[in-house]
Amino acid sequence: MSQTIKTTYREALKQGLREALQNDDRVFLMGEDVGRYGGAFAVSKGLLQEFGEERIMDVPLSESGFVGAGIGAALAGMKPIVEVMTVNFGLLAMDQIVNNAATLLHMSGGQLNVPVIIRISCGIGQQLAAQHSHSWEPFFAQVPGLVVLSVGTHEDARGMLHTALQSPDPVIIIEYTSMLNLEKEISTDAGAVNITKAKVIKSGKDISIITYGTGVYKCLESADELAAEGIDAEIIDLRILRPLDEETFLASVTKTHRALIVEDAWRSVSISSEISSRIMEKAFYELDAPVKRLCGVEVPIPYPLHLEQASVPQKSDIVKAVKQIINP
Amino acid sequence: MNEEEIKNIIFQLLKKIAPDTEPSALQPDENIREVLNIDSFDSLQFIVKLNEKLGIEIPEEDYGKIPTLKSLINYLLAKLKSQLS
Amino acid sequence: MTEFLMPSLGADMEDGTLVKWRKKSDDTVKRGDIIAEVETQKGLIEIEVFDEGVIEKLLIKEGEKVPVGTPMALINPDGAEVETKKEIASMKKEVNLQPIEEKAEQKVMEKSTKEIRIRVTPIAKKIAQDKGVDLSQITGTGENGAITKDDVENAIVQKGERSKTEKGEKPVEKLVEVEPEKTGAQPSEPELYKIEKQPVEVKKERALTPAEAIRSAVAAAMSKSNREIPHYYLEKRVDMSKAMAWMKETNRERPIQKRLLPAALFIKAVASSLDEVSELNAIWENGLQLKNEINIGFVVSLRTGGIIVPVILQADSKSVGEIMEILNDIIPRARALKLRSSELSDSTITITNIGDGSADKVFGVIYPPQVAIIGFGNITEQAFAENGMLGIRPVVDVTLAGDHRATDGITGSRFLGSLDKYLQNPESL
Repeated sequence: MSQTIKTTYREALKQGLREALQNDDRVFLMGEDVGRYGGAFAVSKGLLQEFGEERIMDVPLSESGFVGAGIGAALAGMKPIVEVMTVNFGLLAMDQIVNNAATLLHMSGGQLNVPVIIRISCGIGQQLAAQHSHSWEPFFAQVPGLVVLSVGTHEDARGMLHTALQSPDPVIIIEYTSMLNLEKEISTDAGAVNITKAKVIKSGKDISIITYGTGVYKCLESADELAAEGIDAEIIDLRILRPLDEETFLASVTKTHRALIVEDAWRSVSISSEISSRIMEKAFYELDAPVKRLCGVEVPIPYPLHLEQASVPQKSDIVKAVKQIINP
Repeated sequence: MNEEEIKNIIFQLLKKIAPDTEPSALQPDENIREVLNIDSFDSLQFIVKLNEKLGIEIPEEDYGKIPTLKSLINYLLAKLKSQLS
Repeated sequence: MTEFLMPSLGADMEDGTLVKWRKKSDDTVKRGDIIAEVETQKGLIEIEVFDEGVIEKLLIKEGEKVPVGTPMALINPDGAEVETKKEIASMKKEVNLQPIEEKAEQKVMEKSTKEIRIRVTPIAKKIAQDKGVDLSQITGTGENGAITKDDVENAIVQKGERSKTEKGEKPVEKLVEVEPEKTGAQPSEPELYKIEKQPVEVKKERALTPAEAIRSAVAAAMSKSNREIPHYYLEKRVDMSKAMAWMKETNRERPIQKRLLPAALFIKAVASSLDEVSELNAIWENGLQLKNEINIGFVVSLRTGGIIVPVILQADSKSVGEIMEILNDIIPRARALKLRSSELSDSTITITNIGDGSADKVFGVIYPPQVAIIGFGNITEQAFAENGMLGIRPVVDVTLAGDHRATDGITGSRFLGSLDKYLQNPESL
């Protein structure tokens, strides 16, 4: 029986980074304030002292510039981990990410691999208001040539980076600022995890709740409340938003015959839109109720705390939606 | 809302309370509670659900006016009509 | 009329001097027009007007120094706005026309398609097709009345039961598991439960359905009770006129979801009476063991046959309203067999209330190791004599079955007396 240790999401991310830097000299971290400041969210605190300036690189305030530089470094044989402070600023680097990182392999007829890792923080929290609270997972998940991961649990925070670094092609790792201080118990020998399969984190038979990112712990808590009312929910953490592991969620719906998809991103043209379509296309005859989606309210994210919280699905919304599906 | 729609709502709600029966087979003059074997508790639940669905509150003294499908539909139609006016 | 105020042109500005008006009375201004030049500590600043309209009056003179916020001019917004409002209104009208037309078209289309579509979920349809069930005969309980998997499966069970009774004699049907065909290529669903008429020897017995399991559990408990417990029976006819009147009054003020039923009143009355006659709130295990908590088990009949007995813990500490809320929560879950184990255990006494059946009284069978069971019959209108006068009152026949090893008739009698007293004073409950 392995032992567990209590850790924060931030700490898990940091351990993953340290391990990556220790294992491979080609790996280096670059981003705004990652060095002297210790990371905008303190994820890389102490790493500059441990690994030095060549491995922990502060960059100027220019996403397009430094993401491009990271891509260049990857082309030249390095293994850069580019930290874009938040996905909101990532918009400034979309041309680099989509047209260079994701597309050079194709444009070069297979000659140029771009093994760059781009870590981006997403989501609401801390009342940073409309321009700084986006959930752009759907944007990235639409682009061929990218692998897009969503770090919704502490195990994944600890272990996804290692496996992503094995990839010869670009990987976007989406982290969540609202979870940084969250503490959970993980196994003391927690390490690398796969980046190919979705995970059934709770087994059940009455309904499949499919989610990712900040939705994972929210759905787990709702499942407890639902269990007290006699509803046995199965919860799936997608983990990989591109390419989607549809085998896992289709098998789940085949078992439970009902599905609810939960995400913070805006409803239109979102991850849930894609999953709903796939369930309809490939598991239609198993459905005993229409697939439902709980998504972010389609408004620019408000500043006041209560409105910010109301703009994404919360535990009580999830419980209510499930009860409505089971007992219309 | 017309008679057909009210009837369907009644059938749906009765089906939820008595899933082992077929409410749509009820004749207009049959006593609902007797035929479908519904006790006073279920009966109250049915009245509460009707209130949620149609917005009509049936006071206790009117319970005796709605024993059959026909009388229930007529009662609800009359209440809906008086609500609109 | 809008006032144009001396604006604050800096955090520390307290007043400004009007140097020159750039507009005069009767000038039309729109947003962004320069209306005046004002001298402040920061220098000469041109100030813009934010409102639109016609300048009605200039309130201060050139050279005057006024504090921030002082009205400097009056602007009549109506002059200009009326025109723009008209424009907007006419634009809106044009836009509105289109949707109305579309809606009309839609309605026409809907009415013409007479084809009746049955709402049914994909999996329910599949099962119905496989088992030859007629969907038009089923009422759906899904969203918007859709027929669900459960609805189809219930219909199949009903069909099976109906055909069984129609056959008259009990057919010796043994359900046998049939091995799936070993075709190799495509794994099709194995044909389980093929109904075959078998001679008496059975190869495999199928598992009991939940209803059958409950039936056999009840049978075992009742048999044991009958074997081991010497029952004595008492009954009392209780005048319910005060209780019913009280309930009617109380219900008038409660919202429909919180309406009380007599059952809740009975439970509370029993709990309070047990407080007084505590020997009945006990178990018999090598002697009488009184129980501190009054946990009342309440018999719920299941639609598919059999009973289940959920428990209301510490019923004596709960109000009638709270007990009703618990019933509202527990009974549907009990019927759906979705009770938590904590809700099925630790009862110290049982009440059986046949509610609205056809019998006037019910004589219960005690659930070992409890020592009593209380039965409530129907509330009916009966002739009732009081003080030499005969009247018609709503009454209920309450029965008590007691374990004669644990208590005697006199204890039971005291209990029924106490119960009657409480039901005559429902406000005290």
